[in-house]
Amino acid sequence: MFAIDPQRTDLALEFRRRPFGPHSPELQAVLNVLRSSAHCQNLLLVCTRPHAEWTLAEKQPGGRPPRLFPDLTFTSLEAAEWHAFRMRWEAVTGRALPPLDGA
Amino acid sequence: MPRVLGYADPLSVAPGEAIRFMVGTLDGPRRYRAEVVRLISGDTGPEGPGLKAERLATPIEGEHEGTPQPIDAGSYAIVERPEAFGALERFTLQAFIQPTRVPVRPEPRRQVIMGTWAEDRGAGFALMLDEAGALAFLVGAALVSTGVPLTARRWYHVAAAVDLAAGTVTLRQTPLAEHAPSLEQPVALTATVRAAASPGGDFFLGAAHRAIEAGRRQTTWHFNGKIDRPTLARRALTAAELAAAATAPSTAIAPEDALGLWDFAADIATDRVSDRSPNLLHGRTVNAPKRAVTGHNWDGTEMDWRRAPQQYGAVHFHDDDLYDAGWRPSLSMTVPADARSGVYALRLEADSGPAFWVVFYVRPPRRGPRAPVAFLASTATYLCYSNYRARMRPGPAELYIGALPVVDTTDLLLMHHPELGGSTYDTHSDGSGVCHVSRLRPIVNTRPTGRLWNLFLDLCLLDWLEAHDQPYDVVTDDDLHTEGLPLLDGYSVVLTGCHPEYCSREMLDALAAYLARGGRLMYMGGNGFYWRVSYPAAHPGMLELRRAEDGTRAWVESTGEYYHSSTGEYGGLWRRQGRAPNALVGVGFVAQGFDRSSFYRRTPASRDPRARFIFDGIEDEALGDFGVAWGGAAGLELDAFNPSLGSPAWALVVASSEDHSNAFQLVNEEMNVSFAGADGQFSPAVRADMVFYEHPGGGAVFSTGSIAYVGSLAHRGYDNAISRLTLNVLRRFLDATPFATP
Repeated sequence: MFAIDPQRTDLALEFRRRPFGPHSPELQAVLNVLRSSAHCQNLLLVCTRPHAEWTLAEKQPGGRPPRLFPDLTFTSLEAAEWHAFRMRWEAVTGRALPPLDGA
Repeated sequence: MPRVLGYADPLSVAPGEAIRFMVGTLDGPRRYRAEVVRLISGDTGPEGPGLKAERLATPIEGEHEGTPQPIDAGSYAIVERPEAFGALERFTLQAFIQPTRVPVRPEPRRQVIMGTWAEDRGAGFALMLDEAGALAFLVGAALVSTGVPLTARRWYHVAAAVDLAAGTVTLRQTPLAEHAPSLEQPVALTATVRAAASPGGDFFLGAAHRAIEAGRRQTTWHFNGKIDRPTLARRALTAAELAAAATAPSTAIAPEDALGLWDFAADIATDRVSDRSPNLLHGRTVNAPKRAVTGHNWDGTEMDWRRAPQQYGAVHFHDDDLYDAGWRPSLSMTVPADARSGVYALRLEADSGPAFWVVFYVRPPRRGPRAPVAFLASTATYLCYSNYRARMRPGPAELYIGALPVVDTTDLLLMHHPELGGSTYDTHSDGSGVCHVSRLRPIVNTRPTGRLWNLFLDLCLLDWLEAHDQPYDVVTDDDLHTEGLPLLDGYSVVLTGCHPEYCSREMLDALAAYLARGGRLMYMGGNGFYWRVSYPAAHPGMLELRRAEDGTRAWVESTGEYYHSSTGEYGGLWRRQGRAPNALVGVGFVAQGFDRSSFYRRTPASRDPRARFIFDGIEDEALGDFGVAWGGAAGLELDAFNPSLGSPAWALVVASSEDHSNAFQLVNEEMNVSFAGADGQFSPAVRADMVFYEHPGGGAVFSTGSIAYVGSLAHRGYDNAISRLTLNVLRRFLDATPFATP
């Protein structure tokens, strides 16, 4: 099975620069892993102010409402995607992403 | 979240006609404000035209006192002959059942198979599954259980022989032989009970009476799964008789013993439940449980319930089925005689919460002047998507979206209020697909806000028509289904919405007839005319869908249940039924992705003199690399030209999209064998084709092949290539000069 190489922070940088596709095949492989992993696939965004604010949330089983993370509120979809990417990268690789290109 | 909800009836209304609004508040009574508006554009934000809603002065505008209105979700059948079921001392209840939630989680509860139990009176009797999922019998304060849980999705014969005079109840649960191996054995138990005969009461199949609240019945302990051939005998059968019945093809009992022999194989297209006993204790279903489902004796030799009704003697009940919320009308009005045709909404607001939009449609006067253009609102599709929950449930949505799913606080209402029911993209609490959707309930997501999809995105088209001062009427799928060609006759041009995915045979026939007599059709979207739906005559306001055989399916229809219960039609893709969308509009669904939209590039065919009018004044080769629908005109769901599916050979593909993202994947009906390289970065088949063809009837068809297209119309103050191109087509289509086929 494909495993993410935590040294490939260049792919993380590619995602941060363009969170919505097209992606390089290598980044797409990383995203397939991050979005498929059983322990981190169930994120969603709840728009709390139209066109202005989104809060990260986690889907719940059994038909229960999503659990919102009030501290994880973003003013752009791109920022929210980047935060979710970093969360998952660390969860899957066991290593936090280092600062990238000033990030 | 909104604190006030509502729905309208009827959905489509002409000037001078009445419309009613059923309004309910959440979490107690509260004041709310109501206003009727004509919707011109949705809340696209700063990148688009933004929300445009024109107030319509009506007597219902203003502040009102609101109260909660309950919704009693969960399907069942009821026999409202209480006198027939009183004072029974000796009787036997039998049925074949296939439970689908055993036990109910996360909060275990009882599930009634049949009986007269009334929770508010603590009286009656019920054959049921207990909290653990074992067969049980309840009478008065006495409860008897086999103590052995059943297995979900296996068939059983279940019975309770009751002799209250002798003080005994015999329970028997017998697993039926199936193809899948099982280690289960029959369980029989005779217990002593002390209970008096129950007073009379309505007889329920699949639920129990809970209470009467505000004059309306509320039910509880809904059964999830199938019930087949329920019977009630007027004596306690012996243990030997029960054992014999368990292996008999039917639970039918001797006529002299029969109190009720309910035949679910009869009247499948209706809400009627027929009693074959001499007592004629007929009943009706409530909340539209699924009928035309395989029974305990279905052997796979027939797939069509009409050809083997004896194998379709079951009903599938769900604890979250909902047909008619049954709310009391709160506001009503007559649409002003001079109201222009359009998309309207009753905007409800309470306690500074977000608005709740009750959308309805004002059609043109029934015997009055018409605009030259009709916008055909995709109300069948809007309804199939109504109360869409799937994105908020665990699952792989992000993998096919290509981005995090996004919802808003209004969408969250659905997760806090499961009684609002789901969409045809959702599954019931037992995992089976939702194949019935009704407009007779509050609908959370048909609105000019939230996800830019369906009606919200279609408003981009109406806004564009308004920006060009183009008079138009609004008619609906529901109108077209009912009235057929006469609804469209007289319009020079019919414009579809961006995603007319669901349609009935009657709708397809009407559009084909419109073209045959010279009509001009602008198909302004993608993935249209894809699934067959039917409008059940017995359930006005409801749609039926069977996601059969093939296609991009949110769930897969159960084997043997591909035929609609309401009409007997074979469900599934029109493409699999000789009526691929290609034959109507020149293109058909090939791919989808939801992270970023792309653009079209002109083809050499766009230089064909036949297509010259389309590109008049357009210099660009790349078309539509802009727009509010994820940044491009080609995106979300894409259709392509394919003569093998019926695209007219002489049609011109005047532009095709390119450079779609990895999230765009070829749909499974385009792959006989799964293969790699089927995404937008690798496969040239992942594209939208913009198509024009002249119809032999003298009219013509123009198709965009992309849902995102209409989101580009307003770019740069409506002055852009997509807007110009669309206007070119519309103007030529409005010109009565016939089109000649090449």
